[in-house]
Amino acid sequence: MTAVTTDVAGADTRRAGRWVYVSAVGLLCAWVLVPLYFLLINTLSSPETVNSFPKPFIPEFDLGSLTFFANFAGMLTALKNSILVAGLTMIMSIVIGAPAGYALSRFDFRGKELFRLLILLTRAFPLPLLALPLAVMFIQTGLDDTVFGLALVHTTLAIPFAVLITFALFSGIPLELEEAAWTLGCTRLTAFSKVVLPLILPGITASAIFAFVISWNEVFAAAVLTIENRTLTAFLLQNLDTSPLHLKFAGGFILVMPALIFIFAVRKYLFAMWGIASR
Amino acid sequence: MAQIEIKNVAKRFGSYQALHDINLTIQDQEFMVLLGASGCGKTTLLRIIAGLETATTGEVWIGGRRVDHLAPRDRGIAMVFQNYAVFPHLTVFENIGFGLRMQKLPNDEVKGRVERTAELMHIEQLLKRYSGELSGGQRQRVAVARALAMEPDVILMDEPLSNLDALLRMEMRAELKGVLAASTTTAIYVTHDQVEAMSMADRISVMHQGEIVQAASPIEVYRNPAAEFVAGFIGNPPMNFLPAAPAGDGKWSVAGQVMDGPSSGKPLKFAIRPEDMRPADTGLTATAKVVEPLGAHLLITCEVQGSMFRAVLDSDMSVKPGDQLTLAPQPDRMRWFDPDTTLAVA
Repeated sequence: MTAVTTDVAGADTRRAGRWVYVSAVGLLCAWVLVPLYFLLINTLSSPETVNSFPKPFIPEFDLGSLTFFANFAGMLTALKNSILVAGLTMIMSIVIGAPAGYALSRFDFRGKELFRLLILLTRAFPLPLLALPLAVMFIQTGLDDTVFGLALVHTTLAIPFAVLITFALFSGIPLELEEAAWTLGCTRLTAFSKVVLPLILPGITASAIFAFVISWNEVFAAAVLTIENRTLTAFLLQNLDTSPLHLKFAGGFILVMPALIFIFAVRKYLFAMWGIASR
Repeated sequence: MAQIEIKNVAKRFGSYQALHDINLTIQDQEFMVLLGASGCGKTTLLRIIAGLETATTGEVWIGGRRVDHLAPRDRGIAMVFQNYAVFPHLTVFENIGFGLRMQKLPNDEVKGRVERTAELMHIEQLLKRYSGELSGGQRQRVAVARALAMEPDVILMDEPLSNLDALLRMEMRAELKGVLAASTTTAIYVTHDQVEAMSMADRISVMHQGEIVQAASPIEVYRNPAAEFVAGFIGNPPMNFLPAAPAGDGKWSVAGQVMDGPSSGKPLKFAIRPEDMRPADTGLTATAKVVEPLGAHLLITCEVQGSMFRAVLDSDMSVKPGDQLTLAPQPDRMRWFDPDTTLAVA
């Protein structure tokens, strides 16, 4: 009799625990997904619907807002600039970051630990602190308001991640594989290109995409350092108070989607960077 | 012709001396095993020969050519690694053919050689698979085939069987020995497993604390260990040691028994293998402590004048713990060591 009661109580506790668990998961998902869903609805609705109230809960699949966005003066140039800057950032941070990651994982040198710490420290200074001196320097060197100049700043922001991700990747490849390649007729370089590179290529891609997203999302340096050649984030920020609601929604959607998709695609490698076993 | 000569090779890692002045000549087509406990420097020596590690001082010669300044790929060697190092992004076929492709051999020759070596290692049905789809034993075969396909002058093996289970290890041991005996390759094989060393080697180099203590044929190493370390390391169970006090010229008193031995001015250590003892009327008096029937033999751990002593006797003897035994050492199997230098005294 008693046993049955405890059993029921136990089952009740379990059910309650499960209910708390499910609702917590649901709440967290809603926290992230509901704003995204509203963004989606408003982007895919006609400008009239966006500005009216109440709003529908099902998108109209009207491309009016997006068309308006595309036709807004300077918007497509800003989009192009964003892609260019992010692309350059991606290339530069891999070209500089991957060899650093390789060196960190394969060679022993004095100050290795300090170097790892310093890499992270580059993220310790808030960008607004650096932006003014940078702007002055860029004006002096003629790098201001150029795609390349902004890409340089974004590369600085992305490099710590590029180094840490590639460091984790290279460390995951046993040195024995390289040594085997050396004994089989490879130089250090051919062993790298024939054995190490194919193995880390997916990870390098992930790291590159992450650099792309960092640049894509960055708004402060972009707003301070460019005037004519605005990136999408800076351009939207500039027109925030003057632009109509449906333009903001469309712009926000265009900004958020690539970042979301890319980050989702490379999540495994981001976990690896922080030392969480990748699954 | 690929005779390997190692001349005065020493290796230092910071303040740690991993190898002391190693001198060793390995004959063409010889199967040399470097045997020792972990940390004795055997793998370091192998890696120096391979060119994966540079010696602090000394020279390495392969086939009459000094190679210690050359990269691994220019030394005419192939290596089999402890963890196989099979490339995960390539098929078994491409793994075996990797070195041949690096030599830019024509496609049909690569194909022929890969297929021939795969057949030799019994993996011809696995050629299309990736490393992730292979068992440990199969990966091992791929690693060996990849080295053999290079048709190297010298094949270097770093504990290649230590990650396999016991049964597979025994099988691979015999197979590897057969394959290498049929080839003209000189082989250097690093292991800590003395059974592997005894069963495969033409010659064993026993290493201890960065030095080669003895380099000789397996039987010689077993029967006539050059130093106390070798006697205590080789053999399972290893040799027994008892202190010996001088009792006149060429006579020694061991545990109260007088025996014939070498003439020496100072006290020696007497040594005998456990299986070289016979029960007799006169001999060492031993008290049995533990009796372990091993099927063919009885392993008896006993005490002789306070020292532990092991004897392997025929299993039809009936011995119980606490029994008094009188064990006579076989005269031609008795060995003597100098306790100061730890070297054998003839």
